[in-house]
Amino acid sequence: MSRASIRVNGQVHVVDVDPKCPLLYVLRDNLALNNPRFGCGLGQCGACTVLVDNRAVRSCVVPVSQVVGREVVTLEGLGPPEKPHPVQQAFIEEQTFQCGYCLNGWVLTTKALLDKNPSPTDEEMRDALESLVCRCGSHVRIFAAVRRAAQAMRAGG
Amino acid sequence: MATKITLSRRAFVQETGGLLIGFSMASSTVVPCLLGVSSPATVAIPSPSRLDAWLRIARDGTIQVFTGKPEIGMGVGTAFAQIVAEELDVPVEHIQFVMGDTATTVNQGGVGGSTSIMMGSKPLRNASANARYLLTQMASRRLGVSPERLQVRNGIVSVIGDDLKSVGYGDLANGVDLNDTLRVTGEGFFLNVEGPGKPKDPSSYTIVGRSIPRVDLRPKILGQFKYVTDVRVEGMLHGRVIRPSGVGAALVRVDESATKDIPGFVKTVVKGNFVGVVSENEWAAIRAAKALKVTWTAPQMAFPEQRYLYQQMRTATPKATKETLKQGDAAAALAKASRKVEASYEFPFQSHATMGPGCAVADVHLDGMTTVWSGGQKPHDLQKGFAELLHVDLDKVRVIWVEDAGSYGRPGFEDAAADAVVLSQAVGKPVRVQWSREDMTAWGCKGPAVICDLAAGLDTHGDVTAVQFTSRAFSGGETMYRPSSAGNYLAGQLTGIPNTTGIDEFAQWGAEAPSYVFRNLHAVAHVVPAFYGTASPLRTSHLRDPEGPATTFAVESFIDEVAAAAGVDPIEFRIKYVDDARAKAVLTAAAEKAGWDARPSPKKLDKAAEIVQGRGVALAVRGITGGTEATRVATIAEVEVNRRTGTVRVRRFVCAHDCGLIINPDALRSTIAANLVQSLSRSLKEEVMFDRRNVTSVDWNTYPVARASDVPSQVDIVLLNRPEIPSSGAGEPSTRGTAAAIANAIFDATGARVRQAPLTPARVKAVLGTIQPA
Repeated sequence: MSRASIRVNGQVHVVDVDPKCPLLYVLRDNLALNNPRFGCGLGQCGACTVLVDNRAVRSCVVPVSQVVGREVVTLEGLGPPEKPHPVQQAFIEEQTFQCGYCLNGWVLTTKALLDKNPSPTDEEMRDALESLVCRCGSHVRIFAAVRRAAQAMRAGG
Repeated sequence: MATKITLSRRAFVQETGGLLIGFSMASSTVVPCLLGVSSPATVAIPSPSRLDAWLRIARDGTIQVFTGKPEIGMGVGTAFAQIVAEELDVPVEHIQFVMGDTATTVNQGGVGGSTSIMMGSKPLRNASANARYLLTQMASRRLGVSPERLQVRNGIVSVIGDDLKSVGYGDLANGVDLNDTLRVTGEGFFLNVEGPGKPKDPSSYTIVGRSIPRVDLRPKILGQFKYVTDVRVEGMLHGRVIRPSGVGAALVRVDESATKDIPGFVKTVVKGNFVGVVSENEWAAIRAAKALKVTWTAPQMAFPEQRYLYQQMRTATPKATKETLKQGDAAAALAKASRKVEASYEFPFQSHATMGPGCAVADVHLDGMTTVWSGGQKPHDLQKGFAELLHVDLDKVRVIWVEDAGSYGRPGFEDAAADAVVLSQAVGKPVRVQWSREDMTAWGCKGPAVICDLAAGLDTHGDVTAVQFTSRAFSGGETMYRPSSAGNYLAGQLTGIPNTTGIDEFAQWGAEAPSYVFRNLHAVAHVVPAFYGTASPLRTSHLRDPEGPATTFAVESFIDEVAAAAGVDPIEFRIKYVDDARAKAVLTAAAEKAGWDARPSPKKLDKAAEIVQGRGVALAVRGITGGTEATRVATIAEVEVNRRTGTVRVRRFVCAHDCGLIINPDALRSTIAANLVQSLSRSLKEEVMFDRRNVTSVDWNTYPVARASDVPSQVDIVLLNRPEIPSSGAGEPSTRGTAAAIANAIFDATGARVRQAPLTPARVKAVLGTIQPA
């Protein structure tokens, strides 16, 4: 066990944990940030996605020691409920998802994608999202939400 | 010690406002109010004959609705709210739900069979109509005018033509005895209540039928929603389970020496062949589960080699047989037929492979009240099963449903909850169990493998004179048809409790809702025995539309083969043998939307082309046994087949859907689209792999599902709304026809017929090799 100082959603937290402990469990169990969700523990599905320095990463396979000194953002930190991030707003407007258990991956990966590439082609969008699982099969609405978000962000939304 | 930031019980209850679980439409924050305190020593099971078992009205006009039908991610909570709001004439925002808490909600059989709207909404609608009736009577006395002169708007009862004379539901409810007795009929799914207040005529609906946003999606997307994985109670420990090394392996010994040094490790729990670890935090539990050295006897060679699966099913002596359709004399007509078409179709074991692998919290008190938080679809059944598991009375167990990932049937969320019960009992503290991916994919329940053999006879005019159907399948209900007995659960079986409540569920054609009329028709279904009866990773339970995708893959592929033999367009052929106007209407609507190219299949093959295109159709009619309503679905798939690689890409789906009265068109479209994609995944990719001792599909690499690149660019959904016809199910019906529609499109494109699902490149390539150049 050792003390680690990590910055999550703009706040610094000091946690006393095994440095090898994946970030996911530190967020959920130590910081009560429950949105990153356990899906596989293997980095195969994306349910546990968080942004680290604005890159979408799988928190279930990233040891907490690797995010020291970096900026971690979870779904909770993306936008305050009264002013959701344009990506969240687009997913809401498209009434995306069935159960929604997977949505951290889709929302945060879309955010990271659109920050880098504001006008992805259909193929670029699918490529960026290929590593995510939505078991309910909500992809049709997800794609519509990504397009809507891209448009809103280009328009300065 | 790790820094712990957990809400105290007290803070949690205060913050979330009380004892109730559910969600509120009154604010954008959907917070399931998790019960952090122990349940009271006894709980009164609500009687469905009491109106207040269904709804209660607060002074501020907020209406709390209680239902035993939980939300499983398809928007049923929003639809229920619309139905209740419609009958009461209140804004949807005034309605709050309490769902699936055995202490406060009526047993409606839980969720299953896409019946929540079809059957589960009936008592809600009737209870609401009766509440409105009673409130209006009360207002009539209060305002001194006859009830006919009153109107209700936004929960305010006022005199027609004199809005100043009014009184709100909140004020009235104080005086109205909502305990008025309702007449109760049926039970479980069929439970209904009736009273003097009659529901509205659907032609006057203003809230039902509107596409209001789903109540749960905004808070989910904003990160404000709580799933069962987020339940925390004070003093809670974290558990993990360790499964046997293979089917039939028995525990020899457990060496926990390597776990002792793990900070936070608490205990190893061994009971028969059940092994689990409990720790103070999740990471310690994961490490302990890995570090524990468990020795098992060699697993049994209980399974056949996978390539012999269907052969073994074919030669197995059936344990049960049922004749599901008999019309005329099919055998005699086949013998006389001028042409015969025969084909066999095979559908594999599939895994629910839920997005969240299964999670539950149990707080066992043998001398008091046990509370279990679970996302299982049937909380009242779980209550019964856990009471049996713990040898306590039913009213000493409270199961509180909290939404989990989409369950698609009985995936094993029930098993995870039973694991938590066993671990909590062993350590005397609340325990949260989180399954691993492997626990879910390899050891969760499976949808059964199914074989269907079909034969048809045609006369000299190409008319069908006879059809025979024979299925051989593992029962769809080896476990957890009703998860209400201890022997159902993996934890029960591993601790030596026999499963005595498995049922023989048949892969049947036509018994629930026949779709075709043939002069001579004979359908028989056989159930083959499970390979291994106890704690098998291939044990079966309901998976979305149990057996439906398999039998429909067979029947709708076969209809296509017969149509091709008769040289008739596949839609024209179907319409000829369907006598149901609604089934004809969905076929016609789908064809029109798709711009269907009417001609016999296959289309003329361009032999030089590597990539070829085709279109296929399937019809699905789905009701439930004992139900009166059925949903009609026509699915058209447009595909591209790479003749070199065998790769199939679905470019477009068109789905025409008739489920009677539609409650929320946009939410329905979303659910249909998702079911089309999930069933595409099952059609093209999903197959549980196993060797002689084990299931070898353990994660998303070894059990691949559809990804972004597999999803069609275009999905067109045509809703045929029939407000005059009571709603039937939605969800499962649009899963049913997909595999056949795709297989038929592959045939149309290539002239080759794939009769084994999933329709993988290898299988497509294999049948392409059998096509002789014309």
